[in-house]
Amino acid sequence: MEVCGGQTHAIMRHGIDQLLPPAISLIHGPGCPVCVTPLEILDRGLALAALPGLTLTTFGDMLRVPGSREDLMSMRSRGADVRVVDSPLAALQLARAMPDREVVFLAVGFETTTPASALVVKQAAAEGLTNFSLLCAHVLVPPAMAAIMAEPDNRVQGFLAAGHVCTITGWALYEELSEQYQVPIVPTGFEPVDILDGILHVIQRLEGDDPGVENRYQRVVKRDGNIVARTVVEDVFTVCDRPWRGIGTIVASGLRLRDRWGAFDAERKFDVGGIRPEESTQCLSGEILQGRRCPLDCPAFGVECTPANPLGATMVSSEGACAAYWEHARPRGKEGAR
Amino acid sequence: MCLAIPGKILERTTDHGLPMGLLDLAGARVKICLSLTPEAQVGDYVIIHAGFALQVLDEDEARATMVELERLAAASDPDPGPTL
Repeated sequence: MEVCGGQTHAIMRHGIDQLLPPAISLIHGPGCPVCVTPLEILDRGLALAALPGLTLTTFGDMLRVPGSREDLMSMRSRGADVRVVDSPLAALQLARAMPDREVVFLAVGFETTTPASALVVKQAAAEGLTNFSLLCAHVLVPPAMAAIMAEPDNRVQGFLAAGHVCTITGWALYEELSEQYQVPIVPTGFEPVDILDGILHVIQRLEGDDPGVENRYQRVVKRDGNIVARTVVEDVFTVCDRPWRGIGTIVASGLRLRDRWGAFDAERKFDVGGIRPEESTQCLSGEILQGRRCPLDCPAFGVECTPANPLGATMVSSEGACAAYWEHARPRGKEGAR
Repeated sequence: MCLAIPGKILERTTDHGLPMGLLDLAGARVKICLSLTPEAQVGDYVIIHAGFALQVLDEDEARATMVELERLAAASDPDPGPTL
């Protein structure tokens, strides 16, 4: 399994899946934070965006993700102040520039992105900004990998671990998981040759009956990762249970702001009433995110569900598996095929 | 989301007290926060994500990887054909 959606896209774009011998199948993992952001948090973000005097900021990938009733893009077209930022620093800058408005950053992302969110919270506090807060949807990768391995129908025999997550966490973190499930885990980069090299080392370890962690992204992944970043994250966030969209709650897989940073927590700061999320009944994205089904198995793929009219986040996120298949492996004959 | 790209630090500055770097990112000049990589120096390559440098690229490791990938390519191609 390649865990990271960025790697899924690289694999599909370069046709690596088609070059492999039939004994090797790549199963696409849950590594798309946009896709797994729980509907409850997205709906809360939509409710916040409707508040007068509030500017909701987030990464561009979130805008087209379907909420229970609508998405952020359609709210924006109806006049809500929803803005795309490429960094939480840009959201902080908006808060500085608009002291009479509340600025909320809908913070999604794995370990790669979390340090940036943690740092802007500390910076906002240092500058005395009281109009900036996070709606925190940050999640952790290793608990999701463990949850996949613990499933009785699990088919995963080896992992390409997400290179940029490991840049922060370090590779030693995976030793316990590898030991517990006797599964090779190979932190891997994003170039096509990196991915082939990662696959080669997983296979060599499987053939040698020698599971373990082998770092193949040595140019940026160290044993203990980025300790400065880990310290900032530890200071600002604490681990919590978190529902993953389509998958269900994974114990100790999410992050929320610690009480001492509660003034920067949009969930505590704004009361938007009860949130009652309603998921599409047609969407298979949960099965796809757990590696049980392939996007092409979904009857709605390319018919009821397209990037222009998505049923689930996996069709619109730039890391979603359904989007990768739509872009690079869409079967001819499906409605809307180019 | 977790995509990150390398850039070269041209200059170190500060912004609202945060350590920043002016980076050459495949020809474009961008300002990136260096808070998470305090050890980064002008001339270093760093991996960038969401406006922050996440790690200084290890040049020796990058070179070792290149050599290994070239060795792999040579081993898997019995007839490399004419070279330019």
